[in-house]
Amino acid sequence: MTLVDINDFSFKYLGAESLALKKINLQIEAGEYIVITGPSGCGKTTLCRTINGLVPHFHRGYIAGNVVIDGLNTRESKVPDLAPIAGLVFQNPANQLVTLNVEKELAFGPENLGVDPTEIRNRVDSLIETLDLEHLREKHPHEMSGGEQQRVAIAATLAMQPKILVADEPTSNLDPKSARVILKIISELNKEGMTVMLVEHRLDLVARNATRIILMNQGSIVADGPSREVLALNICDEIGVGIPKATQVYKQLKQKGIDLGTVPLTGEELAVLVEEVRSV
Amino acid sequence: MGSNGAGKTTLVKHINGLIRPNNGRVILDGTDTKYMSVAEIARVVGLVWQNPDHQLFLDSIKKEVTFGLKNIGFSDADANDMCNRTLVRLGLEGFAERSPFSLSGGERKRVALASVLATEPRVLALDEPTIGQDAKQKKKLIELLKELNTRGCTVICITHDIEFVIENFPRTIAMADGKIIADGSTHSVLTNDVVLERCSLTEPELTIAARSLNKRFSQVSNRLTLLSELEDAITELLGGI
Repeated sequence: MTLVDINDFSFKYLGAESLALKKINLQIEAGEYIVITGPSGCGKTTLCRTINGLVPHFHRGYIAGNVVIDGLNTRESKVPDLAPIAGLVFQNPANQLVTLNVEKELAFGPENLGVDPTEIRNRVDSLIETLDLEHLREKHPHEMSGGEQQRVAIAATLAMQPKILVADEPTSNLDPKSARVILKIISELNKEGMTVMLVEHRLDLVARNATRIILMNQGSIVADGPSREVLALNICDEIGVGIPKATQVYKQLKQKGIDLGTVPLTGEELAVLVEEVRSV
Repeated sequence: MGSNGAGKTTLVKHINGLIRPNNGRVILDGTDTKYMSVAEIARVVGLVWQNPDHQLFLDSIKKEVTFGLKNIGFSDADANDMCNRTLVRLGLEGFAERSPFSLSGGERKRVALASVLATEPRVLALDEPTIGQDAKQKKKLIELLKELNTRGCTVICITHDIEFVIENFPRTIAMADGKIIADGSTHSVLTNDVVLERCSLTEPELTIAARSLNKRFSQVSNRLTLLSELEDAITELLGGI
């Protein structure tokens, strides 16, 4: 079923000169893992905000078209109505941490959704374990490093068990190892049925797990398709999007007349392709 | 470099005096910083924070960038001139009258950088400057840092981005649990498995590719670090065109 249905949607922030989003058409089916990428300022964060209703209810401005999330039109349904369906992890995690310690932070969302206290306790303990937050349990969110805050924000959003997790560069402050751990958790949740929409610059980390990559530039969607197709397009280089090194090598070789067949996303895939071509 | 919570930001905040040591000394250009105020140190050391929103506080980018300049004695005319030049360098021309908070996250990072760069500090410290930057902006940043360094500026960069470091920085200091565990040439520090492990780093993509190829074709070196080297190695394997 179509979980996210964005139809001819445009948005201009109040006081801005130009449109942040220009006639966006985007449908996301339940269970997909979408990666949104594009140069700085292209509208990625604004797009995330349309999914949970912050646009237009918190970020006011001019809108045209419609955004329908799980059957609810965001023109009418407000942020609290959408909260159980769409969970948003902010680009700056400090902006969404509101309580005095990590335990309280994780419980805050489900408490407000009226979840049973025993269930809340289970979710909090389970997420603390999964996201390695035990040593931070009593700590004040604003006393933590950026990376720790990011893990807490992700946990707090997951505590509400949303149908779609929208995450705006959720691993940007994390070291590469921690980033991989988080992305693995997100990937596993996706395999269990949670729809994922991730904004990410570091495509080498997410290209393999994504079912679809959406490229944005200056408020519009300029490419939308499976990872291997989109990353092989020339527009990626034209607009300044960083593709995995293995894919870059594939493209350079293709220009020289060497075609490896499939588009590799990792170094290991590249090596396997070279081996196959050589043995032919 | 170092894992989350290793102490990188804490260490760098000692360089501009925001944090003072409990033991030991921080000596800046021959003077013990305990005799210097943060304001005095600011004339020499510029720090760009990990979260730009922590250092942006005025309602226009022009005010933001000229603030530091006017505080160190620039005339209005000179400050405006320097502001314009800095904005152009960072791809922010045309944004002078806009509020920083109307910009995207990546753009705000560049405004914070502009406000520090404008004062032309002799030591430039950047805390995670590549976060949220697209590939094009990273490239421009590195060109800018190299240019500054050529002109004598000392550049200190906190980052997780191992490729960014391997491709551009000759010296790497690795931290873990509040200590420095390695300090030397980038190549030797970042090919040390113990360092990678303790700093929660992963190998650069190209090294992974090189190792995968080396597993199958021993003639390919597993220590290749440049894209062009990898390309050449594969072209040779496939017998050229």
